[in-house]
Amino acid sequence: MPRRAGAPEVNAGSMADIAFLLLIFFLVTTTIETDAGLDRMLPPIEPPETDVVIKQKNIFQVNINKAGQLLADGELIELKNLREKAKAFLENNGDGSCNYCSGGRRDASSSDNPTKAIISLKNDRETKYGTYITVQNELVGAYNDLRNRESERLFNRKFTDMEADYIKQETPPSVKEELKEKITRIQEMFPQKLSEAETTSGGSSS
Amino acid sequence: MSKFKKNNTTVPEVSTASLPDIVFMLLFFFMTVTVMKDDNLNVSNELPNASEIKKLEKKDRVITIHVGRPNDRLVPVLGKEPRIQLGDKFAHLSEIGPYVLSRLTSMPEALRPYAVISLKVDRKTHMGLIKDIKQELRTVGALKVNYTTYEGDVFQNLE
Repeated sequence: MPRRAGAPEVNAGSMADIAFLLLIFFLVTTTIETDAGLDRMLPPIEPPETDVVIKQKNIFQVNINKAGQLLADGELIELKNLREKAKAFLENNGDGSCNYCSGGRRDASSSDNPTKAIISLKNDRETKYGTYITVQNELVGAYNDLRNRESERLFNRKFTDMEADYIKQETPPSVKEELKEKITRIQEMFPQKLSEAETTSGGSSS
Repeated sequence: MSKFKKNNTTVPEVSTASLPDIVFMLLFFFMTVTVMKDDNLNVSNELPNASEIKKLEKKDRVITIHVGRPNDRLVPVLGKEPRIQLGDKFAHLSEIGPYVLSRLTSMPEALRPYAVISLKVDRKTHMGLIKDIKQELRTVGALKVNYTTYEGDVFQNLE
């Protein structure tokens, strides 16, 4: 018998079928979504050892009732106006110590300066989760709007972009270091004090 | 007549040799951009919309809690009250603490400080249940939560 010139060629016709099988397997068992949402910190369970006394005018009280209506600082308002109202409260600059606040709308009965301003959120047990998220989103949005404005003035970049870059794994450490500095600077200008803690008003204050 | 016949016989076959390559390309695309499904949902889970969102980057440090009305096929058995789903099964409120702690201990130690609780709650759920869940999370000291949402117009949530 004569020797063959070389090894016989393997038929690759079924390769496509195998690949298709794998493809369909991955299509069925995987999802494409990446999760995103509102990050929040819950207050620790232990109450602070000393009662913190905060001036009434430094608190922006937001109440949601079971019908989804909104009471902000004692006024019944539309959800669409909440962001503007929260922003106006945050940079009210009552004691004049905030030199980056715009407008100069000095209202003696509103917050002293952004570092003292606190937003307090309360809701009913019957409130719909969707409404609650909308309110949370608008309040976080108010902070982000102010931070973005200052960030663009100082560093020509949006605060939210810097934050997203900082979280990303691909960002080299040297850039992260620089970003962190900028982020903390903006955060100090407008610290996010969005509280859901139990508050008591007046009465037994000493 | 014979002229036409001659033309018909010489149609070349389309080569399918590159088909596997194309399919492999698709395959690799899906392998890289998707993640494995990890649990079957037994509750309806229509998340609310939000615009000021941050991405949950890594899956290995996320603990998910689903809340919502049981699926349509389970409604006759379980009723329409919102339920909590941990992993694959329904759970009682008091099981949240132990579940979160057991998930935390199964994580590598270096990741534990970065653990995030992702709350995937149906938009029609009442806040009472959420408040109770948050209280449970506070008692076990899991304070970092993420209200997982879709990206979109927030005012659609109100309908």
